[in-house]
Amino acid sequence: MLKIWSMKKEQKDAENAEGHASGGKKKKITAAQLRVQKDLSELSLGDTMKTDFPDPDDILNFVLMIEPDEGMYKGGRFTFDFNINQNFPHDPPKVRCREKIYHPNIDLEGKVCLNILREDWKPVLNLNAVIVGMQFLFLEPNASDPLNKEAAEDLRNNRDGFRRNVRSAMAGSSVKGIAYDRVLS
Amino acid sequence: MSVATQAPASAASPVDEDARWKYLNHIRQTPGPFTDPASQDEVAMRMFDNFKVLVIGAGGLGCEILKNLAMSRFRDIHVIDMDTIDISNLNRQFLFRKADVGSYKAEVAARFVMNRVKGVSITAHNKTIQEFDLDFYRQFQLVICGLDSIEARRWINSTLVTIAEEGDPDSIKPLIDGGTEGFKGQARVVLPSFTSCIECQLDMHAPRAAVPLCTIASIPRQPEHCIEWAHVIAWDQEKPFPKLDKDDPEHVTWLFNKAAKRADEFGIQGVTYSLTQGTIKNIIPAIASTNAIIAAACCNEAFKLATSSVQCFGFENNYMMYSGNDSIYTYTFNHQKKPDCPVCSDQSRPLDVDPKATLQELLDSLAVRPEAQLKAPSIRAEGKSLYMRAPPQLEEQTRPNLTKTLLELGLADGQYVNVTDKAFNTQFDFTLVFK
Ligand SMILES: [Zn+2]
Repeated sequence: MLKIWSMKKEQKDAENAEGHASGGKKKKITAAQLRVQKDLSELSLGDTMKTDFPDPDDILNFVLMIEPDEGMYKGGRFTFDFNINQNFPHDPPKVRCREKIYHPNIDLEGKVCLNILREDWKPVLNLNAVIVGMQFLFLEPNASDPLNKEAAEDLRNNRDGFRRNVRSAMAGSSVKGIAYDRVLS
Repeated sequence: MSVATQAPASAASPVDEDARWKYLNHIRQTPGPFTDPASQDEVAMRMFDNFKVLVIGAGGLGCEILKNLAMSRFRDIHVIDMDTIDISNLNRQFLFRKADVGSYKAEVAARFVMNRVKGVSITAHNKTIQEFDLDFYRQFQLVICGLDSIEARRWINSTLVTIAEEGDPDSIKPLIDGGTEGFKGQARVVLPSFTSCIECQLDMHAPRAAVPLCTIASIPRQPEHCIEWAHVIAWDQEKPFPKLDKDDPEHVTWLFNKAAKRADEFGIQGVTYSLTQGTIKNIIPAIASTNAIIAAACCNEAFKLATSSVQCFGFENNYMMYSGNDSIYTYTFNHQKKPDCPVCSDQSRPLDVDPKATLQELLDSLAVRPEAQLKAPSIRAEGKSLYMRAPPQLEEQTRPNLTKTLLELGLADGQYVNVTDKAFNTQFDFTLVFK
């Protein structure tokens, strides 16, 4: 037996002596799932957020509902589809808003401009960081990172007008010729 | 390139086999200060002859690795790659010729090296790594990866950790992983379940540099921004084809036209068809010399592991990074194993349970068992959320499981379950042992 193999055995024996004994290691759960399980049990949703798991056995696909209790989007109910692939946490989760809403950082297809969902994502970030970021988007819509350019200009030029447009869009009216979904709960 | 290089060596003057291996044999038979004395005896010498290596990937790194292994006298090599040869590969994947375009990389590479080096057997598998079972991987003593996909690396890593059995040194299949990105690269050795694994090192891979979505949507400054806009936004809005196929020229042309139009609107130069292709496929220019350096480092480790002529990477230093961006720089260090690594953490413990016990009883017992002492556990099995304490809606959905017995829940003897507890930063893995 070559040295490398005997060295391994020695190290293993030493570990066992230290009490780190292990049983079988037949893991069938993928690393992505293990990580999501851990992230979910550490999630702090507060009063303004709820999750829904259409299939509780599939924790990689779920829905997050945000109901802001302050700010311009107060009283709305926004639904996001979370789709996590097997390459998580190397890849960030994919997040998409189901409703068509008037928001400078969310486009009409529901794509979300949040730095940690894309260019600033790191494997050390967890789902909690993502939902905190999402919540923040409703408290502080950001005109300097526009995805819906009209909404961003509106916010920059006329905050009160923007606020009124947000309210009518949330009520299901059209703003600047575009019909938005009613999201008032 | 001249035609003469295409002819197999046998057509030219025959290679003197003794001369070919002269220096290699000298290295093996001359002990140095780090040589394991046991590597010098007859048994060890013969073991090397029967050493079976698996190479994953027959691309830029793979071509180098196969050539190096054969020239280091590894005789039994298997190679897996499902890709076919593209004309753009020919500048650096030197085992391929123009006539090979469209053929399988693994097959052509194996044939080429076998033609050149007498006595080596290379078995080609034109498949994905996921198509093989554990027994296939068990036949090798060593695995070398030259991949560009992190997903594939993670897959083979967790497979080799699964194969590793306590008390069976033969089940430890060292994984040598090479990777390059432009002028940068790394070579590392993983001794599955013993040392830091690919999953432990996940944060060493900088996720690809993405451009902020809002830049793409509103203020493009570079041709790549216009291409990303066509790719991420225009495609979604117009859906010209049901599903984007990045290898379909018709799809790429659609994106290219969209991107070119947008570049025009913003006065940006430089959108081309090949840039479109490169950007959407996230291709970083491959540098032949980086591949050669990293493959050489990998094969050096393979030779050391297989012959024990020198200590290999592994227990101490296990990670070598190379950068050729500004001058030449290498740094080698010991990447520590993560105690909470979801793949290799050494915590899977047998858990004696009564199959007729309810899930609630099992969870209660976790609170009092000295090895666990979990007060608020969440538990999952493969593809099944047994009981999740958070978030609240998932708790509600899984609560009815608490009163079911383990049998009713479909759990089996030997089943692996994973337990998390908010109070601890690690995960607890158990294998159920039915009483
Ligand atoms: Zn690990």
